[in-house]
Amino acid sequence: MSLWSRISNVLRGDRLSREIDEEMASHIEDAIAEGRDPAEARRAFGSALQRREESRDVRLIVWLDSLRADAVFGWRQLLKKKATSAAAILSLALAIGACTSAFRLIDALLLRPLPVTHPEQLYNLDRQGIGVNGKFETYDAWAYPAFRLMRAAVKDQADLIAISYPLRVDLTYQSDQEMEKAYLQYVSGWMFRSFGLRPALGRLLTEDDDLTQGTHPYAVLSYDYWTQRFGRDPRVIGRPLRLGGDTFQIIGVCGEAFTGTEPGTVIDIFVPTMMTSKVNRSDQTWIRTLARLRPGVAMEPVRAKLHATSRAFEEERMSGITNMTKRTRDDFLNQTLVLEPAAAGASGLQKDYRRSLLALGLLVVLVLLIACANVANLMTAQAAARAREMALRVSIGAGRWRLVQLVLVESAMLACLAAAVGGMFAWWSAPFVAGRINSPGMRVHLILPMDWRVAGFGLALTLGVTILFGLGPALRASAIKPASALKGGEDPHSRRRLMHALIAGQVAFCFLVLFLAGLFAATFERISNRPMGFSAERLLVLDAIPARPQSPVAWEQVAEHLRQTPGVEKVALAGWPIFSRNSMNNFVSINGAPPGPVLAYYLNVSPGWTNVMKLALLDGRDFRATDTNPGAAIVNESFARQFFNGENPVGKTFERVRGRFYQIVGLVRDAPYRSLREPIYPVAYVPFQTVDDHGALQPIGYGAFIVRTSSANPLALASTLRKEVPRARSEFRVSNIGTQEELNRGQTIRERLLAMLAMFFAGVALLLAGIGLYGVLDYGVLQRRREIGIRMAIGAQAGDIARRVTVDVFRMVVAGAAAGLALGMASVRYIEALLYEVKTTEPAMLAIPALTILAAALLTAMPAVIRAVRIDPVAMLRSE
Amino acid sequence: MPKPDSLQGALDLLVLKILSRRPRLHGYAIMSAIRDTSGEVLRAEEGSLYPALHRMEEAGWIRAEWITKDTGRRARMYELTPAGKKQLAAEESRWQAVTSAVNRVLRTV
Repeated sequence: MSLWSRISNVLRGDRLSREIDEEMASHIEDAIAEGRDPAEARRAFGSALQRREESRDVRLIVWLDSLRADAVFGWRQLLKKKATSAAAILSLALAIGACTSAFRLIDALLLRPLPVTHPEQLYNLDRQGIGVNGKFETYDAWAYPAFRLMRAAVKDQADLIAISYPLRVDLTYQSDQEMEKAYLQYVSGWMFRSFGLRPALGRLLTEDDDLTQGTHPYAVLSYDYWTQRFGRDPRVIGRPLRLGGDTFQIIGVCGEAFTGTEPGTVIDIFVPTMMTSKVNRSDQTWIRTLARLRPGVAMEPVRAKLHATSRAFEEERMSGITNMTKRTRDDFLNQTLVLEPAAAGASGLQKDYRRSLLALGLLVVLVLLIACANVANLMTAQAAARAREMALRVSIGAGRWRLVQLVLVESAMLACLAAAVGGMFAWWSAPFVAGRINSPGMRVHLILPMDWRVAGFGLALTLGVTILFGLGPALRASAIKPASALKGGEDPHSRRRLMHALIAGQVAFCFLVLFLAGLFAATFERISNRPMGFSAERLLVLDAIPARPQSPVAWEQVAEHLRQTPGVEKVALAGWPIFSRNSMNNFVSINGAPPGPVLAYYLNVSPGWTNVMKLALLDGRDFRATDTNPGAAIVNESFARQFFNGENPVGKTFERVRGRFYQIVGLVRDAPYRSLREPIYPVAYVPFQTVDDHGALQPIGYGAFIVRTSSANPLALASTLRKEVPRARSEFRVSNIGTQEELNRGQTIRERLLAMLAMFFAGVALLLAGIGLYGVLDYGVLQRRREIGIRMAIGAQAGDIARRVTVDVFRMVVAGAAAGLALGMASVRYIEALLYEVKTTEPAMLAIPALTILAAALLTAMPAVIRAVRIDPVAMLRSE
Repeated sequence: MPKPDSLQGALDLLVLKILSRRPRLHGYAIMSAIRDTSGEVLRAEEGSLYPALHRMEEAGWIRAEWITKDTGRRARMYELTPAGKKQLAAEESRWQAVTSAVNRVLRTV
């Protein structure tokens, strides 16, 4: 009861004091009634205030009470200056919210451990070195036979798990007419046991399900998918699932927490790796390999063993390949295998966005520092205004720590209010940003919980921020000397020096933010204005999958049917659209010479494709209906430059591996192939209709109809065309429909997002730094108004006054900008990978932030200068 | 320097004892009772009596209650709690032990 009553007494401190006073008054009254001298009776109590304090102290918790008193006082201080407090809280809230939001994204993608047993034992097998394209690269794709060898080699030290890249597949639970999409992953059957996962329903895959090819057509659903697609219906067990030609049976649902090992993608269906024919292909890399080291096993020997096994496998494989130069083969074989920690899983999104998110994190931390400097300046100015109050407190016996506490409590209140508002901002903004990363065909699903990790981060951030902006002013306020403060003669310059240092820091960070934002904006601008070579305007792309591979004639019939549809201008066929994730490449041999080290890329297209894409034909002709693959080819300018020294290649021939010869019939303008960020590759467009060695037409299992519509909004035709395709031939089905514009935009999502966020934070940083600058200049004028009054009285000119009040601060601005520039130059190394054709030394990249800051400084200095020159010396001196 | 009539740590014991004989007294009455029953030898100072009362109240030995006096002013009445009774017994035996020890010393030296 005692502790509780003491805590509750803290909350009713006033009443407590009143009661103590009343009891004493009652006592004195009794004493007087007994005939004691009233004055003597009162004196017997000694100092009433001290008695009251003594009694109070035994009845409550002293430190809690002082904290409460400080909180009440701090709250009054905040309320007293509503506008400045609100500005401080809002700017801090924005910064804290942005930091928390960035943390949520970074945590969800890169840090959060997978919900499996001992995630820290997991490693992802990467290969690093010079790839077949001649550039240094890191990749984690493996062929299954290599995986099998590596697993056997280290089976006593580590457990190896094969997990395919997530596939967006078309499947059905009923008839072929009711296809739907889902994310499917081929995984080793022993993954579930190794991860310590439990089923929510039915059973999970086991090692026995994944030993022999094609014999265990079982599927496990993720909890999320089971909920979304089946409403947690337990009768889902045993239901058939048709995927391509195979029928799987659902045997279980995985426990709730596990959504796959790919942050950014929530897997819907897991099936055994043995259910695809690719497990026997040495030339197809389609799985990631996760290694779980057994406890107590050293990493390096395992890595060395894996590396040796992988190299032996590749050497064996290379011995059967003849069309590679020795150099290319050696580079490839010399790649090293590394074990990357994968406690947080491994995904393509991590690879694409790791640096972007870290750059974003840097930006928000800078904005937070700017906001902190602002609030610190505000607190310092307030402390100056409260110097007399502090001096009074010291002279009636407040200890130094007590004053530090007083100011820190006020800071903490500011920070807590800001954190509350910032928390709401983070709650909204993290999913907002994550939602902007979606690209066509790849739905990004980051799991962004608001749990103890986020709460802990927010709490630590709030505490850190309090210390950052509160401790300096608090120590300064507590160091007050009552005598000098009460005289009003404390050295005002020392305080201004602190504020000036903060301004320099602010300007430096602001410059850095503006500089980085400028780089990101220029990158986005340049990459989106990159010449395409083709026109995406009014283009609709229909990815089609027939139930069984169909002959090119059937494909052409569907295309012809679409041409008759109202609203359609032109239709052509392609293996896949430009900027889809697909690619096909091989080495090229000219005139029987051994192949060089440069890869050529291939795309199958029908006659009329160049016309539909508006890809300029520079020489030669388009394909005819009689052209076949192999046989004829249209090449781009880079191809001509690479393989024919820039001569006109029309009429010449080249050989793609193993006797597949092509005669070049046309030359087209360069156009991107797979990605806008990559350079233009040598590309050979080859006919859509492919023949085998005997000249027979090959059936084709998937392709894309490229449709140029007559209406400005091609999507208006989407639903009509989706219905028209199966009407033309019932075996055909549209798996996906979208515009080429969407595919183009998908190429610049990361750059757009970074540029957008960086510009936003640049605006915030500039605004905050401007407010800070304004505050300091204004404070300076206020402090020096007597001096300015005297100067004016003895004849100083307005220009002279203006110079005097601004020169120090401008010196700080210049120093800060220089420091920011140095920081920018130092940091640019880390973000270079995010830039596209932007040089950090370009004059514009440096001049724009510098000029912006200068303009902002001039603008914010205006009010203070005007105020200074308007000081009326007579009124000023009279008031003193 | 303690005054000759100061209670030297026995204040708690005296207050508890008085409250055990005469429940529901206010501060002034307790002070008067100490003075009267000790034949005006012992005096509890106001400055130490009230903090002691409040401390014992927080410790749970005594409890207090406001009553309205005839004059209309409120007074705070104190009475012993069961915990206070136990405390009194403990303090009393401690006091007996101390005084008999002191007496032994005085007799033998």
